[in-house]
Amino acid sequence: MTHDPDQEQDQQDDHAAEPAIRAEALESLLIEKGILDPAAVDEVIERYNERVGPMNGAQLVARAWVDEDFRALLLRDGTEAVNRFEFRGGQVDKLVVVENTPAVHNVVVCTLCSCYPWAVLGLPPKWYKDPAYRSRVVREPRAVLREFGTRLDDDVSVRVWDSSAEIRYMVLPERPPAWADLSEEQLASRVTRDSMIGVEVLA
Amino acid sequence: MSAPDPLTALTGAATPPQANGEAMFEAPWQGRLFGMAVALNEAGLFEWADFQARLIHHIGVWDRAHSNPTPAGTAAAPYAYYEHFGAALNDLVTRTTPLTAAEFDARVREYRARPHGHDHDHDHDH
Repeated sequence: MTHDPDQEQDQQDDHAAEPAIRAEALESLLIEKGILDPAAVDEVIERYNERVGPMNGAQLVARAWVDEDFRALLLRDGTEAVNRFEFRGGQVDKLVVVENTPAVHNVVVCTLCSCYPWAVLGLPPKWYKDPAYRSRVVREPRAVLREFGTRLDDDVSVRVWDSSAEIRYMVLPERPPAWADLSEEQLASRVTRDSMIGVEVLA
Repeated sequence: MSAPDPLTALTGAATPPQANGEAMFEAPWQGRLFGMAVALNEAGLFEWADFQARLIHHIGVWDRAHSNPTPAGTAAAPYAYYEHFGAALNDLVTRTTPLTAAEFDARVREYRARPHGHDHDHDHDH
């Protein structure tokens, strides 16, 4: 069989165009039939771009680090703790926050699709949705964490939490000792998304 | 209020990076699909759990057909999350609205048949 790079390129272009065409066809029909308000689509995208994101989760973590009562509430009833912050937009049905300690490291996955605590972390990164992460982090979490540059001591046990449409998980990372003197606001600016998924240890 | 031309919306400015994170979508059509799904859910057309069930179905079909994924972080696996997302949305829309699969297929064929570069003003001179 001959190999024609030009033809291959054309096929790739066609393939890339098809999902865009399908999305456009769906949106145009929904608008024509009065089922969908196009402004609502723009509003959702804007909301997730600008207001719903990992900075919300970072605020929860920073507050938990400086306020023992809030930390207890966050771990006991994550949904209620989130409601007190009154983040605008972003749905969270049931949020369970799991705490990293010197003995236990937690990591979050959704093995079946892409369930993720949108309200506090925004939308998931691409790798979170990929089959490799979804399948491997359960089987070999330490190996996957190493690929993220996270090395855990052998005596630290790893717990993997599988999210679902009903329960979303978020990790409360450990506060690095060097951050002892930082303000709540400074702390929030340093908490990363990946540390709240559990693939990163803050340092 | 007149509806914005969906074509303009699709080919307009790329979505900006999310605050404190990376770009949310790799292509504008992914953002449109996400926005449609959330907007229709919020309008009460379907429960999010029902959408999730269809998404799990479509992803599961792919997973079972590709049981040896590549290591995390590589881009080698031809896995296209938002294509599954779109398939799930199509399932829900045809189940919960008057829009039929036949109408959708006809519209897709119509758009596919548009001349290449229909959405560009400039001429390709090469």
